[in-house]
Amino acid sequence: MSTTAPPAPKRDDAPAQLRSWHHPQLPRRSGLAALVIAVVLTSALHAGIGLALVPAILAGWAVVVIGLPVLSYAVEGRRKAFDRLITVIVSSAFALAMIPLVSILWTVLKNGLPVLTPEFFSYSMRNVVGEGGGIYHAIWGTVLITAATAVMSVPLGLLTAIYLVEYGGDGRLAKTIRFLVDVMTGIPSIVAGLFAYALFVVFFGPGVRMGIAGAVALTVLMTPVVVRSSEEMLQLVPNELREAAYALGVPRWRTIVKVVLPTAMAGLVTGITLAVARVIGETAPLLITVGITDSTNFNLFDGRMATLPVFTYSSIMSPGVPPEPSIARAWGAALVLMLIVMVLNLVARLVTYFFSPKDKR
Amino acid sequence: MTDTSTPSPPRGAAEQGPAKRRLADRVFLGLSKGAALAIVAILAGVAIFLTAEGIPGITASPDEVKSGETFLAFVLPLVFGTLWSATLALVIALPLAVAVALFVTYYVPRRLGHTLGYVIDLLAAVPSVVFGLWGMRVLAGKLVGPYEWLEAHLGFLPFFAGPASATGRTILTAGIVLAVMIMPIITAIAREVFRQTPVLLEEAALALGATRWEMIRTVVLPHGRSGMIGGAMLGLGRALGETMAVAMVLSASGVVTFNLISSTNPSTIPANIALQFNEASGLTVNALIASGLVLFVITFAVNFAARAIVNRRKEFSGANA
Amino acid sequence: MSMRSVLRDSVPTTAARTTSATAADGPASRRPAIGIDVEDLDIYYGDVHAVRGITLAIQAQSVTSIIGPSGCGKSTFLRSLNRMHEVAPGARVEGTVRVDGRDLYAPGVDPVLVRREIGMVFQRPNPFPTMSIKDNVLAGVRLNGTRLKKDEADTIAERSLRGANLWDEVKDRLNRPGAGLSGGQQQRLCIARAIAVEPQVLLMDEPCSALDPISTSAIEDLIGQLKDEYTIVIVTHNMQQAARVSDETAFFNLAGVGEPGQLIESGPTTKIFSNPDNPSTEAYITGRFG
Repeated sequence: MSTTAPPAPKRDDAPAQLRSWHHPQLPRRSGLAALVIAVVLTSALHAGIGLALVPAILAGWAVVVIGLPVLSYAVEGRRKAFDRLITVIVSSAFALAMIPLVSILWTVLKNGLPVLTPEFFSYSMRNVVGEGGGIYHAIWGTVLITAATAVMSVPLGLLTAIYLVEYGGDGRLAKTIRFLVDVMTGIPSIVAGLFAYALFVVFFGPGVRMGIAGAVALTVLMTPVVVRSSEEMLQLVPNELREAAYALGVPRWRTIVKVVLPTAMAGLVTGITLAVARVIGETAPLLITVGITDSTNFNLFDGRMATLPVFTYSSIMSPGVPPEPSIARAWGAALVLMLIVMVLNLVARLVTYFFSPKDKR
Repeated sequence: MTDTSTPSPPRGAAEQGPAKRRLADRVFLGLSKGAALAIVAILAGVAIFLTAEGIPGITASPDEVKSGETFLAFVLPLVFGTLWSATLALVIALPLAVAVALFVTYYVPRRLGHTLGYVIDLLAAVPSVVFGLWGMRVLAGKLVGPYEWLEAHLGFLPFFAGPASATGRTILTAGIVLAVMIMPIITAIAREVFRQTPVLLEEAALALGATRWEMIRTVVLPHGRSGMIGGAMLGLGRALGETMAVAMVLSASGVVTFNLISSTNPSTIPANIALQFNEASGLTVNALIASGLVLFVITFAVNFAARAIVNRRKEFSGANA
Repeated sequence: MSMRSVLRDSVPTTAARTTSATAADGPASRRPAIGIDVEDLDIYYGDVHAVRGITLAIQAQSVTSIIGPSGCGKSTFLRSLNRMHEVAPGARVEGTVRVDGRDLYAPGVDPVLVRREIGMVFQRPNPFPTMSIKDNVLAGVRLNGTRLKKDEADTIAERSLRGANLWDEVKDRLNRPGAGLSGGQQQRLCIARAIAVEPQVLLMDEPCSALDPISTSAIEDLIGQLKDEYTIVIVTHNMQQAARVSDETAFFNLAGVGEPGQLIESGPTTKIFSNPDNPSTEAYITGRFG
């Protein structure tokens, strides 16, 4: 933002003819003041008169959304008033969008926290009726299936990204692959599950349920995410570094392995972590390929396994009698799942923050 | 000259022949190209296996499947429900998402905007089963009252004809949950496009004495239009394919209706698959797979259109991963 | 006489310049560097004819500067001397480049091995950001798969950094990131990295254009020292720099708008700068260029 000093105003005319730069304005903090008024009004209506919370908030909001622009119109003119109206609307939209986030976090924490006992983490649901039991088997299932997914899709995705950036360029094959990766990104998760089921039916017959089928379904979902993020990261590696290595007589594959990948490492790890975070919460494909069971199953190739998302789903959808313990377990599992996803997101950000090469380009 | 006797001076690295090195390079290229081709194979596999397992379901006669209907009669109401719920979600989410993106880009200080953007990204990371749980156990109950109010006061509109659902688990509730899920996606893309608005143009508008809104209306929104449309369609694609939230929130009966608040609601393809699949057997499974194929085609068309629009802006780098 | 001298003599346009090859016979030379003979070289990028018909003999153990307006193919030509231009897709050459008599473009020649003998320094300093100063110097050796013992590594690092006049400035922080150095130091680090693999020839592509005058002066001093051991080819936009550092100068220009670049004139720097044969050379050097 280079604003050069304005030239001195020409003073051909008498100063009396200069237009004034002063225009009536609302006080600087009037927006904030309006917010405070709204809050005070809302609490007064809610706590004072005993109006329900939602109408009280609506009333408080209406005062601001009408009052501030009207006041502004009277003092500052039409354009300013409209600007303030939009400001109020945009800010309200943001507040409105925050409500579900806060509500989700709050309800999951409130309902899930009491469930998180050591027992909840160390017991499966085997032979549990009513109270007790836990998610030991579901945690193992999620860990194993996600690990199998990562083992398949990280090399696949990373190598594809390497091909696209380092070899493919703008060639026809690379363009086709990019397009197909885009298509793959848009595959609905349930369709990925159906694909894995249809594939395994061919080998194992109808009704097949096994962990590896779920991992295959998740691989279809995770691979394009890995490709896209890795491609972006590899493209950020300055070409000069590749050239520097080539000029030293380093073969291409060594340049990629020893120079390009280490330089992009932080970004790659971040992208892969976020991809894992995305698939770890997938429910639909696992529901139809892996199913659910009450016991711990460590074998990806033999029968049903429990996973956290499907456990959450089935606990709430078919709670049994009495339903309360099962519903409580659903909240607990949902909280654990959320925590895992949040931690993975946090780890991803921290990796970027701490391990990006600090070069001042 | 001094170098008469050394036509090619020995160098430390000369022991490894070029052939060997080329082999390593070729192997590496082969590996990465193979991975790229595997992507093609996987996508082809998805199409082939879904078609192979789906066709028996399409040709099955009505008495062989659980629904007792021909495939078309079975799938069309589901297609309607899928499109209807996704449209509702988009109508709710799009204005909110654009407003939120404007808010964090232009209405708060930069650093705070960054943090808020991160919080919204976090919303995108919440697993869909958690959204479903929340929509079913929290949101639906809160909406019973408003639905009754809508029926009483706006009941003359076909959308709110009622009778209002006593559980709140209606198509509108599902649409709201879907909207909450796709809002962060659209916001992320809108933020990205807004960030790419040339600062020069923004400053030019401000220098001409425009208010903030006038700057946004004249510079930012026109510049970001195609990006926002693309983002909206990506969100739509996501809403079409979303399974769990709908399966858990909606109390579906498979009807075709525009009524938003009644207890009889259309179902969607993915939710129907999730709810029926584990109890299905025989050709019913194939019919469900065929409905998945239909879903795949619909989402592909929507995503394809979205990409085409987004890619028109060349420098666009995509949403957050 | 080596084969390349014979070859050079066979090139009519450069026959007159054999007298200036005395630098190669200089008394201080500890090891023989090699010269480069370019004969009728054409370079293409896809359909674009970038450089046409270059015939030039580059003297061993001397500094040859290449000057000319932007976009006339100087850098392209320089990069063709160690086959770096092949990094861009669709690049190909016609004609021959002989390095010490060996044809650079003969079938079966591995560009990777070529580049170990003919090193390159780039316009912008480009140390590897993930490596320390010492690892940067050793990068060429290590990335080629050679395992170094610690004392070997120390020896090479010190020798190369001394060779690049950088040792005294960085010897206390060899394990700090290379990106933490100043621009001029980074560029000398890149030179140290290039000479650590013991090349014969150093190609420099506008090595000072991103540097301040003091750093530039340090690099120019370094070039003066390096030519005792290496054959150096430097592309520069800075006429004074060409006059200061080089023994030989080649002037490139476009044959016309949309035409490929070509060599207009080459010869001893003193001659090119004082009494060039071609009027366009004089126009460029005196700044009266269109």
